[in-house]
Amino acid sequence: MDSLFQRSLDDIIKGLRHQQAGESAFVSKVLEEVRREIKSTDSHTKSTALQKLTYLHSICFVDMSWAAFHAIECISYPNFTHKKVGYLAISQSFQESTPVILLISNQLRKDLKSNVEVEVSLALECLSRIGNLDLCRDLTPEVFTLMASSRIPVRKKAIGVVLRLFGKYPDAVRVCFKRLVESLESSDSPPIVSAVIGVFCELASKDPKAYLPLAPEFYKILVDSRNNWVLIKVLKIFTKLAPLEPRLAKKIVEPICELMSKTGAKSLMFECIRTILTSLAEHESAVKLAAGRINELLIDEDPNLRYLGLHALAIVAPKHIWAVLENKEFVIKSLSDPDPNIKLESLRLVMEMVSESNVVEICRVLVNYATKSEPEFCNVILGSILSTCSNNVYEIIVDFDWYVSLLGEMSRIQHCQKGEEIENQLIDIGMRVQDVRPELVRVGRDLLMDPALLGNPFLHRILSAAAWLCGEYVEFIRNPVELMESLLQPRTSLLPPSVRAVYLESAFKALVFCLHSYLKSATSSDHSALGLSDPGVSSQSYDEFSGAHGENGEASGTTLIQENHITPDSVLHLLNLIDMAVGPLSGSYDVEIQERARNILGFTELIKPVLSDSLHPQDERHKQQVEASKMVRLLHDTFSDELGPVSMSAQGRVPVPDGLVLHENLADLEAVCGSSLPASSATISFEGSHNVEGATSIFISDQKEESEPSSESTSLLAEHRKRHGLYYLPSEKNTEHHEANNDYPPANELKSGVTVSNDAQDLAKLAEQSFLPKRKSKQVKARPVVVKLDEGDVLPISSKIPQAKDDSLSEAVRDVLLGNEADADTLTQKAAADSVIRKKGKEKLNAKEQEDDLDHMDSQSGTVQNPVKERSKRSSRKQNADEGDHGGDKGKQKRRHRHGKHRTREGVQNPPANVISQTPVPDLLL
Amino acid sequence: MIKAVMVMNTQGKPRLTKFYEFLDFWCVVLCSRAENVSNFMEADSIFGPDSRLVYKHYATLYFVFVFDSSENELAMLDLIQVFVETLDKCFRNVCELDIVFNYSKLHTILDEIIFGGQVLETSSAEVMKARISLKLYRISYQNSFWLEE
Repeated sequence: MDSLFQRSLDDIIKGLRHQQAGESAFVSKVLEEVRREIKSTDSHTKSTALQKLTYLHSICFVDMSWAAFHAIECISYPNFTHKKVGYLAISQSFQESTPVILLISNQLRKDLKSNVEVEVSLALECLSRIGNLDLCRDLTPEVFTLMASSRIPVRKKAIGVVLRLFGKYPDAVRVCFKRLVESLESSDSPPIVSAVIGVFCELASKDPKAYLPLAPEFYKILVDSRNNWVLIKVLKIFTKLAPLEPRLAKKIVEPICELMSKTGAKSLMFECIRTILTSLAEHESAVKLAAGRINELLIDEDPNLRYLGLHALAIVAPKHIWAVLENKEFVIKSLSDPDPNIKLESLRLVMEMVSESNVVEICRVLVNYATKSEPEFCNVILGSILSTCSNNVYEIIVDFDWYVSLLGEMSRIQHCQKGEEIENQLIDIGMRVQDVRPELVRVGRDLLMDPALLGNPFLHRILSAAAWLCGEYVEFIRNPVELMESLLQPRTSLLPPSVRAVYLESAFKALVFCLHSYLKSATSSDHSALGLSDPGVSSQSYDEFSGAHGENGEASGTTLIQENHITPDSVLHLLNLIDMAVGPLSGSYDVEIQERARNILGFTELIKPVLSDSLHPQDERHKQQVEASKMVRLLHDTFSDELGPVSMSAQGRVPVPDGLVLHENLADLEAVCGSSLPASSATISFEGSHNVEGATSIFISDQKEESEPSSESTSLLAEHRKRHGLYYLPSEKNTEHHEANNDYPPANELKSGVTVSNDAQDLAKLAEQSFLPKRKSKQVKARPVVVKLDEGDVLPISSKIPQAKDDSLSEAVRDVLLGNEADADTLTQKAAADSVIRKKGKEKLNAKEQEDDLDHMDSQSGTVQNPVKERSKRSSRKQNADEGDHGGDKGKQKRRHRHGKHRTREGVQNPPANVISQTPVPDLLL
Repeated sequence: MIKAVMVMNTQGKPRLTKFYEFLDFWCVVLCSRAENVSNFMEADSIFGPDSRLVYKHYATLYFVFVFDSSENELAMLDLIQVFVETLDKCFRNVCELDIVFNYSKLHTILDEIIFGGQVLETSSAEVMKARISLKLYRISYQNSFWLEE
């Protein structure tokens, strides 16, 4: 009765099609029905329910894991239709972890042994989809039997399933591999060869080395086969094998070239091209031929072929850039192709062509393209410019002034979303390349000045970098007052708090710098302008102070013309500006902003009375004034101490102090911090330098509380530097410092002489530069020194960890091919017996044997008819022998090679193993 | 290795999905691609490293194959053609409705062509042969079934 009212799959499909909106309601209703019907004892009702469920799973992605057991019931039904429904459900829904998966083992075995071809096919298909270790282990003997089936479709599928067996259960290699190799030679049935080659292609892609001994067989197929599918797969295999064995490469290059020029199939031609370019790139003439074929692809109308042509060029580019340069115009033109694939591929090629000499020109072209293209591609272009130029610590950049202004220009492109990358590079360059800092500051200032940029959230990171640079290298700013104004402009309220904090810190630095230069110029030149009653004392003390801290003073000889702009009025203006702009921020909810704002305000509070007093001189106050100068001087020294790039591996070099228990499980840390932990991707993280700032600013607030400036600030920083000099970059300023007292060895001692000489160059360069007049960026000039860290500049490339599974697989394959049988404990009984027999009838195939094989290949290609004869001889012999003589087969195979050798070098060597291999051994397997 | 086969219509409704490696479902908006552009897409972001995707557009349907570097791109394009040709022979001028209503037939045909991720058959005639033998078996089985009853 159940089945009478049951809705069929067609009904469900029709029902689904008639649903306009409430599809999910319909689906859940059907699911309810299915849940009820699937429990039925009637096989038809159950299988129909399962079929409906499978359909819904495949089309609407409903969960069907709960029905696993019902699917298993279905495959045990005798009715083929029901069985088929069950198998489909299993292969669509089962996973290795499905708990009931082992229950199908027996049914699969039964179906694999069935006389009905379609049932065997179903079971094989199922195994190839869901086979796990246990299933593969249990069913290996059945599959082995089927591999010799007389029915081609079954045999083909059995061979196909071997890949799954090997992948999940490597010991299956010891059982099936021999038969797999034999199947390679069944040239009478192309589908079999096609299937076997497919399996070998997959196997070889994982571990090519193990299959090198089979090269002669593959070679034969390469020369003999006329099936394009098979040829493509063989070429794929040779792509993997050729780099391992130079003689093999020499051998195959000719047939592949011939194939490439003869074939009409574009797919095969492309595969030939790819093989030559990937693995035979040393063969100049072949590459030339391939390049010719690529040109044909490039001018084809079909965009697929054009795309693949460009793809091929990208393969050849690293080794033979001439092939790309030949098509330079086409590549550049393709940048504006409507096809996104072609665009991307040509962009990659353009980037390949970049060199020191043409980087300026190419980047100019690309930036032009970027401004014209749609947002997505624009960012791809910008991204590849950034990554190419920064590659290997800006290897190809000679003119950093140009590059920095290019970065500035890129930031202004409308769709630019590469803020983070540009930010990192700006700061990185600032730290590494001393000579470019004036230009960096100029670019940064231009960005900061433009109020329109503040509205674009993608630019905030760049602005943060610009603000940091302008603060850090404020001595290069022409007009610090103007900088302060832009840092404190009202629109900065659009910035996120983290960036705003950087703005404030930079404003602080700029303020200190202004005051410092103001006091300096005032004391050294015209004291009456300040109206000091006793200029002599003040000036003297100030100078004294400078003398004491001279070595920490501003960067050597780089102070420019900035003093001109600081007048008492502008100082007052600045202080008012700060009151106005920073004042409200002292109540900010963001701690970073609040803290920094309070630092600035506290500082101005301290400094203001003194300064305003100085405008109205009173004798008794001059002492206080000296204090103020001291304070400014101190802060200035703090800020002008140079920050260097920090090696990524710096943290690892910190020795763990005794008694410190490092929390082993950091999982709870993650719970606390959540997503707020920044993902550090850059080689040198901005956060790192930021922390240093944070440290100083905290210190400054301490100092304020004491309200008694002392010389501790510099000494503490120096202390920090001394203690952790390991993590600072060596700079010429502090080298003596390090040598004087080193609790820890400074970083440069860990390294070889390279950086030391770098430093020397650095100095020499600096000296040279100071003699040379300043030049325009357009002019040809020597590349500035780029500070490099020996290690930690590049993120450590995590070495690919090979899967244990693959390892054991290739090990097993090597064992079988090279004849070192391992212990047979893990094998099933049959398999064990098989391996024992093979041990008897086997010759040792070692490295020398491989050579023989290659020699043999020579002779084979010379006399094409021979192998055919050989094979017929062999097959007749096989017929004569006991059908089950599989143990001796390997020996025969070996002997065939020996024969080949005999033909070429007769009498040279008489292989003694010949006799052993002929001993026929009964195979217990059949 | 072929990683997945999908057939979907222009509205993004899946008509057939088959994954040879277990993968999360995805939906790429193929419809946004212009008509006369190349048929390949890089699918690394969705299917993991070394994944490529090829699609072919027939009337209201997209046929999508996902594969890795062990397959030839143009050969995959051909294979889609083989698949569609076979469907065409099987249903006589195949249309979306045929595919909608012949869910399990579709799977059977696909299983003949792609077996556990490997291309096992590239001739649509052979696939048809296999289908016919399946049909014959089913008929003969059912006959004997009724006789036994």
